[in-house]
Amino acid sequence: MTSDSHADGGAHSSTGLSNNKLGMWLFLGSECLLFGGLISTYMLYRGRVGAGPRPSQVFDIPFTSVSSFVLLMSSLTMVLAVSAAHKGDDRNTYLWVTITALLGATFVGGQVYEFTAFYHEGMGFTTSLFSSSFFVLTGFHGVHVTVGIIMLMSIVGIMKRSKVPGSKAETVEMIGLYWHFVDIIWIIIFTLIYLIPA
Amino acid sequence: MAIIERSITSTEALVSATPSSSLGALKRPVATTGWKSWLFTVDHKKLGIMYSATALFFFIVGGIEAVLIRLQLAAPNGKVLNADLYNQMFTMHATTMVFLFVMPMAAGLANYFIPLQIGARDVAFPRINAFSFWALLFGGIFLNLSWFLGGAADGGWFMYAPNSGPIFSPSHGIDFWILGLQLAGIASLAGAVNLITTVLNMRAPGMKLMRMPIFTWMQLVVQFLLLFAVPVITVALFLLSFQRNFGATFFDVSAGADPLLWQHLFWIFGHPEVYILILPSFGIISEVLPVFSRKPLFGYPFVVFSGAAIGFVGWGVWAHHMFASGLGPVSVAVFSISTMAIAVPTGVKIVNWTMTIWGGKLQFTVAMKFAVGLIVLFTIGGLSGVTHSVAPSDTQQTDTYYIVAHFHYVLFGGAVFGLFSGFYYWWPKVFGKLLNEKLGTWNFWMMVIGMNMTFGPMHILGLQGQPRRMYQWTEARAGEGFFNLAFWNRFASIGSLVLTTGVLLFLINVVITARNGKVAPLDPWDARSLEWMTSNPPKEHNFDSIPTVSHLDEFFHRKYEEDANGQMVKVKTAEQIMKELEDNADAHIHMPSPSYWPIVLAAGLPVIAFGVIYSIPIAIFGGVIVLFGAYGWAIEPSTAPDDDFDPPATTKDVVHVG
Repeated sequence: MTSDSHADGGAHSSTGLSNNKLGMWLFLGSECLLFGGLISTYMLYRGRVGAGPRPSQVFDIPFTSVSSFVLLMSSLTMVLAVSAAHKGDDRNTYLWVTITALLGATFVGGQVYEFTAFYHEGMGFTTSLFSSSFFVLTGFHGVHVTVGIIMLMSIVGIMKRSKVPGSKAETVEMIGLYWHFVDIIWIIIFTLIYLIPA
Repeated sequence: MAIIERSITSTEALVSATPSSSLGALKRPVATTGWKSWLFTVDHKKLGIMYSATALFFFIVGGIEAVLIRLQLAAPNGKVLNADLYNQMFTMHATTMVFLFVMPMAAGLANYFIPLQIGARDVAFPRINAFSFWALLFGGIFLNLSWFLGGAADGGWFMYAPNSGPIFSPSHGIDFWILGLQLAGIASLAGAVNLITTVLNMRAPGMKLMRMPIFTWMQLVVQFLLLFAVPVITVALFLLSFQRNFGATFFDVSAGADPLLWQHLFWIFGHPEVYILILPSFGIISEVLPVFSRKPLFGYPFVVFSGAAIGFVGWGVWAHHMFASGLGPVSVAVFSISTMAIAVPTGVKIVNWTMTIWGGKLQFTVAMKFAVGLIVLFTIGGLSGVTHSVAPSDTQQTDTYYIVAHFHYVLFGGAVFGLFSGFYYWWPKVFGKLLNEKLGTWNFWMMVIGMNMTFGPMHILGLQGQPRRMYQWTEARAGEGFFNLAFWNRFASIGSLVLTTGVLLFLINVVITARNGKVAPLDPWDARSLEWMTSNPPKEHNFDSIPTVSHLDEFFHRKYEEDANGQMVKVKTAEQIMKELEDNADAHIHMPSPSYWPIVLAAGLPVIAFGVIYSIPIAIFGGVIVLFGAYGWAIEPSTAPDDDFDPPATTKDVVHVG
């Protein structure tokens, strides 16, 4: 007789946020503690270089600054993608999502180049406590960026091929939340690792 | 699971349609009966039962390990286990009981009862819910496979460095332990996101936060603790994994590392974990005590806020596990004081429970007995816990049986008694039959006597200095008189057999009840909260119509009203209230559809874990399974669209869930 849609998690939730968005926020809250643990480990061990190179001997701050700038710009293009998605403008959504993924890939490429350079300069994963904790922290961040790139490319592919369950704009927005989070974490990591001398 | 259609006039004509096609690579599973209906289900009630059954299985496994430990210590120069096997036994006993019994059992009850208690038809993310369960099950199996593949983990459940390093533990046991816990951690994290979203977003109209049943409240606190504690142990486990498998030296003192890093990371997770284990049971008995005292819970807001306070302060006490490690006087003082402080909100709860019983018309059902048992036994464990906050005293007790006594009083006397109270209280709701009360009484008393016989003497053993994890004792060093270690070790071992008998009586009770148990009436306990406003067991869609909530203890207030003298009198029966809900039943209820993807995705995880230990190509294969599962998941809608049904469902008046 009565048909009420209060049970619908999407439109009429108690908090006003959709389930998907609230879930993503909670997940990102949890991720803060993951990076918190990794950053603490790095801060504890960053001075313990043993016989290996010291941070100032290997870091190429101008190079990393440029790749950091590229990553931060990808947040801007992500915002443009979300805005296009909310307007229902598929063409621009695909465009900006693809550019975001490319910028992210540039950053990851830079990280791979940087890791290789460090390795050739004598700083491998097991060289010292500093090097291990450096590679674990930046590596985890790099994996997060890579997962983000995969999600961005997948969403373009899936949207073009078939219909996406749920709202397109919300899906893009959720990936956007994740993407911005990963960028913010990089700001913290970049400051702590590269800018503040050990 | 399906679209449930009922004709508006008759509640008998219930048509259940199932989706026939899917956007995914595989067609949707459609079975509503048989094993397939369980394997691919996303129904929170089925998953709750599966969680609990898994937990009960691991309870038996962990129990067998415990009995073997006590048999080894029953006589001087014990020969039941060798030293190496003994190390594996106590490590796996603790790991199994904590991660594979108490946590999944609480998760099972949360899964089953949170949606019912808040008036929802399922959880926020039904497929993630299924995924959590499968990840936990596969993680548990993976962890225990180490027994057959070169020996289990042997570093104690907190796996301190340097004992956990490859030099001191060369077998793969600790690798299995690390990766098994990572899988269980993924399950807990996904479960936490899911249940918090459910509680915050999916409450029935009128169900404000301060009208929520207390079990849901305590579970909400627990899920927040999990959300923030699990990633910390994830980091610790990754670091240890990199040390054992890839040559890093995070916890290797000879390489200049700080072994305390592990202790800090572990206990920043590990202390909130303690509250993750106990708060669900606090929630359960806060439901049981009012029902069988025929009084509302005394000071509901105090119980809620003290639970939340425990959730906050629980983050600031971790280093009391590390007083003996030389933290320095300031840290020790701070953590001593915060540890004393956290006893306050716990004490508040105990006072509230006592005041709830005070002056009530008590009915000593088995559920009530276990609840009262928790109050008494947990208080003993809580008091010995406060003695640990006094750092000088704690330094004496560290690594002795006194600690073992303490945490078994809080975890067995507390967490496990609460869960058993929940079993007896909610059994009729889940299975429609009442557990045998007479056998249950025996079950209760054997467990009380057995647990006090087993763990009580450990206080004496510990204060006498018997070290924890000691694998043999000798007559020559046992001493004489009342504090004779030999006598109390034997006594504790006999106690463990009494305890085992108690648990066996429960299992027998389950079998007897399943065969010819008494069919439960609709509202067997005259209960107070919303989960009892459903049939026994609840229908697939839980509520025919979602109730509008206007009170704390909504169900009670629908049954009882105040008369002229201020007495609560029964004005309606449960049957009448159910009839009202049925008469207003929603015409079409669109439930989330079953899916292959959660189990596919979860099945990839142990494959990756095997690969990490044995060979990287296997891990890559596991990664492919996970990716396949993730894509299948992403393009399949959680709830099958209307044109997926054969014949197509009418979209008019459809209530979507989840």
